[in-house]
Amino acid sequence: MNASSRTLTFTEAAREGLAEEMERDASIFVVGEGIGERGGNFNTTLGLFDRFGPSRIRDTPITERGFVGMCTGAAMAGARPVVDFMFLDFILDAFGELINQVAKIQYMSSGRLRMPMVLRGCIGVGGSAATHHSGNYYPFFLHQPGFKVVVPSTPRDAKGLLKTAIRSDDPVLFLEHKLLLATRGEVPSESYLEPLGRARVRRTGRHATVVAVGVMTSKAIAAADSLAESGHDIEVIDLVSIAPLDTATILESVAKTGRLLIADEDYQPCGVGAEISARVCADGFDLLDAPVARLNGAYVPIPYSPPLEQAVVPSQDAVVQALRDLLAE
Amino acid sequence: MSVTQVVLAAAHPAREIHLYKEMLKIRETELQLARAYRDGHVMGACHTYVGQEAVAVGVCSHLQVEDAVFSTHRGHGHALAKGVAATEVAAELFGRATGCSGGRGGSMHLFSPEVGMMGTTGIVGPNILQAVGAGYAFQLNGEDRVAVAFFGDGAVNNGAFHEGLNLASIWDLPVVFVCENNLYATEVPFAYAAGNPEVAMRAEGYGCPGRAVDGNDVMEVDTVAEEAVARARRGDGPTLLECKTYRTRAHAEGMPEVGYRTQEEVDSWKARDPIALLRSHLMGTERVAADEISAWEDEARSEAVAAIEFAKASPWPDPRTVFDFVDASDSAEAARRS
Repeated sequence: MNASSRTLTFTEAAREGLAEEMERDASIFVVGEGIGERGGNFNTTLGLFDRFGPSRIRDTPITERGFVGMCTGAAMAGARPVVDFMFLDFILDAFGELINQVAKIQYMSSGRLRMPMVLRGCIGVGGSAATHHSGNYYPFFLHQPGFKVVVPSTPRDAKGLLKTAIRSDDPVLFLEHKLLLATRGEVPSESYLEPLGRARVRRTGRHATVVAVGVMTSKAIAAADSLAESGHDIEVIDLVSIAPLDTATILESVAKTGRLLIADEDYQPCGVGAEISARVCADGFDLLDAPVARLNGAYVPIPYSPPLEQAVVPSQDAVVQALRDLLAE
Repeated sequence: MSVTQVVLAAAHPAREIHLYKEMLKIRETELQLARAYRDGHVMGACHTYVGQEAVAVGVCSHLQVEDAVFSTHRGHGHALAKGVAATEVAAELFGRATGCSGGRGGSMHLFSPEVGMMGTTGIVGPNILQAVGAGYAFQLNGEDRVAVAFFGDGAVNNGAFHEGLNLASIWDLPVVFVCENNLYATEVPFAYAAGNPEVAMRAEGYGCPGRAVDGNDVMEVDTVAEEAVARARRGDGPTLLECKTYRTRAHAEGMPEVGYRTQEEVDSWKARDPIALLRSHLMGTERVAADEISAWEDEARSEAVAAIEFAKASPWPDPRTVFDFVDASDSAEAARRS
């Protein structure tokens, strides 16, 4: 590590980004349950109540539809809300507001109203959180025009993407996998932004491409490392941006490798992998040496008991096996 | 009569005349739009505001251009009262590029943020929450602005009403909630749909004032709205107004006017038409001459006709602009991503 970076956890990095933006722009405010003096269930706002006060770090009643609708109006009227859902599962109570209002107001107003809103929440399977606290949900927002969605997997991206999301005039979902929150990584000391809409090539390779979503990235890298021992050279792309999809980066990789696996903890039907597969088949069919493969979480509500919970999540071994199958095609 | 009373009597008609002309503008525009619907120029749904004009006019007369209105599927009257030109409203219903939403919205999606018309919505309830949010932004940014939500009796059994009034109340937000209780949600009687049909009483449950008024008496609406807007501006928090009124046309053009309600009931409300009530008052106590009122009516009618003519003569939107404004990026990028 050099002098211009430090090691932070994912949560610390994101919180630092939020604080920097709030310092820069007084029209930014955060709403959520327990995000005030308590600092957030996941420490997303720890210490910020004292710095920014109750009107900018605003504790809410348990009223998801209410505060999403409220933040819609606030965004229309000159403020920049950050909605902290704690668990993203709670967003579902506000779905009508999101799809019918947040996603459509810029279009219906011919761009005279903007929708600078960040919707953040924890996603994913882990910790026996059970079915009401383990969902991913991001494909819904790829399907609907009007949203941007990022699923960072590193502390550096968490900070840089949250800052960019806050500065965006579009609604951006910033989704944090629970199992990544305490992971550590290098974060530059100086201020920086990361762009929305870009995937990252985390590991280069020539024999097959894995596009990994969020928490699957580290499993894909570990799987690639283990396959290197048997002479397989695997490229790993951290998707980062669900909407818009960075199809160009994926096609560029497939042009090199000819084989594509999409590894995603979320459900398979109509999921991110389905869309990527369709685009690669449409725009890169001649590049493929094998059918596009998908590895997903089991298509069931997320169970509680550890053996059951582990059974629904794609493991590192499952990624290895999926890659072996793909390479054998 | 004291000197003060003479001054008031002299000043009073000017305000009443202003409110009268505003109501006439809405009525005449709506009648022209209903005709245009019948003639096939207005597509989709067309919910007119005929019979309820006193509410929009009585409330909006206390708003500045910077104040924000969030309205409903029955929102033509609110748009006109907030200052959107009748030409732009008509052109929007005609689906033309010159409409206030550029032809993207139609009757249920009227946007004109330049004059504080922050949109109408085809979904019952969200505009209540958005008004709360505008109030939040005004308070946060230290601005002297007020947000108003108009909604029908159909909205008050929706969760948005409950969540919105509670949030506005706990944070003392500068919001006025205006319920236009016209007795029917589409064709479902409010008496059937509500455990307690007195909407204003619900304010107590949220810790804010509630006032019920005759929504067909524009001066009564004017009085309570003045108080509610002033309370919001002072930073004392929201008020719920229940304006008891009636739409004398069908829920939407082309739907039945009676069946779910009786002709006698419709006629009894027509006899209490807000415009006719104020006309009688002006002619009786204020001694405005009948021919003067007729001249205002003729003027309002010809302006409404001109708005329709403007809409008819306006260009259709260019299909190549269909990708514009999906998000804050430019249209070329939007097209590429689709």
